[in-house]
Amino acid sequence: MPFNFEKLAPPVFDQMVKEVKPKPTVLKNAVLAFVVGGLICALGQIMFFSYLSMGLPEQDATSATAGTLVFLGALLTGLGWYDTLGKFAGAGSIVPITGFSNSIVASALEFKREGYIFGVGAKMFIIAGPVLVYGFMTSALIGLTYYLVR
Amino acid sequence: MITPVSPQETMPVVTPKPEKKVGAQTYVMTDPPYIAGAYTLVGPKEGAGPLGAAFHQVLSEPQWQEPSWERAEAKMMTTAVEAAIAAAGWGIPDVDLFLAGDLLNQIMAANISARSIGIPFFGIFGACSTMAQGLALGAMLLDGGFAHRVVTAASSHHHTAERQYRVPNELGTQRPMTAQWTVTGSGAAALAAGQVPGPPAGTGTAETQAYVEGAGGQSTANIRVTHVTVGKIMDLGQKDAANLGPAMAPAAAHTILTHLQDTGRQVSDYDLIVTGDLGQVGLEMAFQLLRSEGTDPGKRLTDCGVLIYNHERQDTHAGGSGCGCSAVVLLGYLLRLLNEGAYHRILFVGTGALFSPTSFQQGESIPGVAHGIVLESQTTMWQH
Amino acid sequence: MEKILLAFVIGGLLCLLAQLLIDLTPFTITPGHILVGYVTVGALLSAVGIYGPLVQWAGAGATVPLSGFGHALAQGAIRSVEQRGLLGAFGGGIEATSIGVAAAVIFGYAMAVIFNPKG
Repeated sequence: MPFNFEKLAPPVFDQMVKEVKPKPTVLKNAVLAFVVGGLICALGQIMFFSYLSMGLPEQDATSATAGTLVFLGALLTGLGWYDTLGKFAGAGSIVPITGFSNSIVASALEFKREGYIFGVGAKMFIIAGPVLVYGFMTSALIGLTYYLVR
Repeated sequence: MITPVSPQETMPVVTPKPEKKVGAQTYVMTDPPYIAGAYTLVGPKEGAGPLGAAFHQVLSEPQWQEPSWERAEAKMMTTAVEAAIAAAGWGIPDVDLFLAGDLLNQIMAANISARSIGIPFFGIFGACSTMAQGLALGAMLLDGGFAHRVVTAASSHHHTAERQYRVPNELGTQRPMTAQWTVTGSGAAALAAGQVPGPPAGTGTAETQAYVEGAGGQSTANIRVTHVTVGKIMDLGQKDAANLGPAMAPAAAHTILTHLQDTGRQVSDYDLIVTGDLGQVGLEMAFQLLRSEGTDPGKRLTDCGVLIYNHERQDTHAGGSGCGCSAVVLLGYLLRLLNEGAYHRILFVGTGALFSPTSFQQGESIPGVAHGIVLESQTTMWQH
Repeated sequence: MEKILLAFVIGGLLCLLAQLLIDLTPFTITPGHILVGYVTVGALLSAVGIYGPLVQWAGAGATVPLSGFGHALAQGAIRSVEQRGLLGAFGGGIEATSIGVAAAVIFGYAMAVIFNPKG
């Protein structure tokens, strides 16, 4: 004989689960995300000023800053520290460009044992791939729109 | 030439009920098989948890000097199986069948392990319910007279599971509060048919005996599998792969209630009812579902995933999970308590969330399953 | 100094917003969703002329978050359309971000060669 709970509608059961679920520590997460994310951006600003003072034009200084941060994110991932940072900082270490770098390096590193072509080469983009796809698509759409309306 | 039989001549066919089956889903062992030996080994995190001392072996690092985490998991299972056989005082050729599974694609840890052990092998998959599935199938094969000695094993590994089911290990991401931590561990049980004599002193080679002593293996020949309740898939529409407890809770509740109905027993007939890896959220949901049917298990219901870690200190959120979770808690910790007489009879309900990354991405809800195994400590004939 | 502080605050706020999206919305939002969302929304905001002034004001606080990557894509496409017409619409965004993307690929590969995952 079926038990009564077997007939629970998914939304009803969902509601029961929702009441039991532990809540994320929203305030603590928010503060950590703000501080860590802010610090990474402040570091970027310092780098930008340094590159400017080295005589780089503004456009190149921005690119050099992005490149340096990407390198730092990659290095920390390789050393196995970025995942620890991410555990505490949450979005604070995802949103900055170092997080983009982390998503590429973590995937490349992890699938090294599956070989350099189908492991490192292919799996490098399992998380960053969609970012490039949607980034390039949006960029092309904006370019086309601008071409048509300008 | 075949003459068609006229309807009047045929006798009404009554299929007799299978003689070992009671109620809807439960099988009773006529001559209950016993656990002749068991062995568990876990990773460092599990070793540092509250049950650390109960496991037979704790690895110092999760890769165990292997080229990959997957190889480490296979080596863990192989080691557990060989040690369980040694603990039973058997040799590998004595064992008729090997039943094992894990969480990897195509249960590769079990396949690799079976390749090196060389016992006729059935690979089984029940996600995290694999240990219960193995014990159930093993006990039924033994009591059905198909084998005398069966070894069953299950394993999971945090790092192999993480990269297969979730994200790369080095990705900097926060785990939701409902997420569970896949246990790095493997447990193996050597099961013998009820009539097979237990290990008299001096059986097994000197080598295996030394193994038993050296590895801390224990003889648990007084612990028998008396009942098996095979679970039905339950799915109340849960889709969150980071919150698997509630997806499995209905299956656990269903199996527990069906088992009690089938056997005519009460919760109080068991010293403990222990689910596999519902975690804190899933265990609470199981409590709610059981209470809604008028059964309040109170303190007698707990969960291997809740027991294995100190969730505050070890940052494991809702609890442990994985095939290894219930395997090592049952065969390491609970078996000792049964052996020492702290418990007399327990109902072990291995729970599994039967999803894949593909089914999850396609928006499929998660089918849950739970199999019940009754373990009872009984004095064996050969001990007298 | 003031500029650095501003970068800290605005960059921090952009990260905070993502954290609140993860914690407070009922959807399962993974890092992948956040990265894709920030790039796309950043590009669109840049195209309608909102993100540019933010970059002028907050500097790295607006360029370092991935929405800044979107801004670079959008501005690259627009600039290139002005120089080369229709062809620029396709290549402009990629050209403007090529250094960052190539750096990520090259460093990613190098790290995979040098290090092993630690878990």
